Amino acid sequence: MNALLVVLLTLVALAGTVTVLIREPARQAIAVGIFGLLLALTFFVLQAPDVALSEIVVGSVALPAMLFLAIAKVREQKADTDHEGQES
Amino acid sequence: MSVYPYIVVAWLLGVGLYGVISSRNYIHLIMCLTVMQASTYVLLLAIGYRTGAKAPIFADIPEHSRVVDPIVQALTLTDVVVEATVVALLLALAVQAHKRYGTTDPDAMVRMRE
Amino acid sequence: MTRPRMIIGCLAVLVLVGGFAWGATGLHPFGTGHSRYGNHLAHSTVPQRAATNSVVVTAFDYRAFDTVGEEFILFISVVGVVVLLRAIRGDADDRPEDELVPEQRRISEASRWLGAALVGPLTVLAAYVVVHGQLTPGGGFQGGVILMAGLAAIFLGGEYLLLLRLRRSATVPQLADAGGAAGFVMIGFGGLIGTGVFLQNFLPNGSQGSLLSGGMIPLANISVGIEVAGALLMVLSELLDQRLLGSQ
Repeated sequence: MNALLVVLLTLVALAGTVTVLIREPARQAIAVGIFGLLLALTFFVLQAPDVALSEIVVGSVALPAMLFLAIAKVREQKADTDHEGQES
Repeated sequence: MSVYPYIVVAWLLGVGLYGVISSRNYIHLIMCLTVMQASTYVLLLAIGYRTGAKAPIFADIPEHSRVVDPIVQALTLTDVVVEATVVALLLALAVQAHKRYGTTDPDAMVRMRE
Repeated sequence: MTRPRMIIGCLAVLVLVGGFAWGATGLHPFGTGHSRYGNHLAHSTVPQRAATNSVVVTAFDYRAFDTVGEEFILFISVVGVVVLLRAIRGDADDRPEDELVPEQRRISEASRWLGAALVGPLTVLAAYVVVHGQLTPGGGFQGGVILMAGLAAIFLGGEYLLLLRLRRSATVPQLADAGGAAGFVMIGFGGLIGTGVFLQNFLPNGSQGSLLSGGMIPLANISVGIEVAGALLMVLSELLDQRLLGSQ
C-alpha cells in the first residue's frame, strides 16, 4: 500500500464528511463534484481506469447539473408560493 | 495499514447515514445518499486490488501479467452511471414533494400531514 | 429533528458500522486479492474474444445479464422521472416559443460561441470512447454521459429553445432511450438465435486491437451509449425550468 493511496483515501473520507456537513444544498452540490473527482483519482490509483472515467463524467458533469437544476426548480416553486401568499 | 481502506469505507457509510438521519432538506439527504453509495464503490475496488498488479487492460501489457480483479470493476462501472439516474428519480420525488407541501423539510412535511 | 429519531438513528449507525467492521475482519487484508474467477476471466479475454479491455468484456459479454438488469434500472428510473415531473409541470412552463425568443437574446455572445464550439469536440470524444470500449478504458456507459454533455452544451450556449423543443416533442431522447435498451435485448436474442444461448457471443471475434474485435461487444457498447445519452438528456430537459432564464 503506497503513500499516494493513503493520502487519497484520507482526502476522500474528509471530502465525504464535508459534503455531509454542508447544509446548504447549492454549496453542497459543489462539494459533491469535488468528492467525485477525488473518488475518481482514488479509483485510478486502485488500477480501475474504467471506473475512474465513469466517476469523472458522472460526478463532475451529470450529478452537479441535475442537482443544480433541481435546486433551482425548488427555489422557483418557493418564489411562486411566496408571491401567491402576498396577493391573497 | 492493510485495513485502512476498509476503515475509510466504514467512515463514509457511517457519516453518510448520519447525514441522512439528521437531514432537514430532501436535496441534502439525496447528496448524503451519494456519499453512502460511494462507500460501496471503494469497498468493491479495495477487495479486488492486488499490490503491484496492473489494470486488467491488455492493450499494452503482456498477456500473462498479474492484474487486479476485473469483475468488481465491471460491477462498479455500471453502477456509477445507474446511480446518476436513480439520483434523478429521487430529485424528481423531492421536487414533487415540494410542490405539494411547499417544503423540503421531512419533519415539516410530517407536521403538515397530521 | 426530533430527539427519538436521532437516538434511534445513531443506534442504527453504530450497529451498521459495527457490523461492517466485524465483517471486514473476515476479509483478506487489503492488496492480497486472489479471486480465482476474476483471474480466469481476466486471462481469457484475449484468447477467447480478441478484446483487450477485460473490464468491458466482463460487463458486456461474460456477465452481460447483470448489465441488462442495470440497464433496465436506468430505464425505469428515467420513466419515473418523466412521469413525476410531467404531472406537476405548471402553466408557466408551456408559454409559446415567441415569448421566449427575446429572453434567449440575453445570453452573452461569448458563451453562445463557447457552447456551440463545445458541441462538436464532445460528440467526437463520446463516439471515440464508445467504439474503443473493448480496447482501452471507456465504453457505452462513459461515452453516453459524454454524449449527453455534448448535447447539453447547446443549453450552455443559451440555445435552450432547442432543449425545450426537444422536451415538447420528446421523441428524440425517448427513442434513443428505448431504442438503446431494446438494442441490447435484441443483441441478446441474436445470441439466442445464433448459438442457442441468450446474450451469448454470436459474431466473429475479429483480430485483436482492431475496432471490430470482441464480437458483439462493440454493438452492445453503442446501444448502451445511445441509451445512457438519451436517458440523461431526458432527465435534464425535464428538470429544466423555463423560468430559469426568464426575466427576474
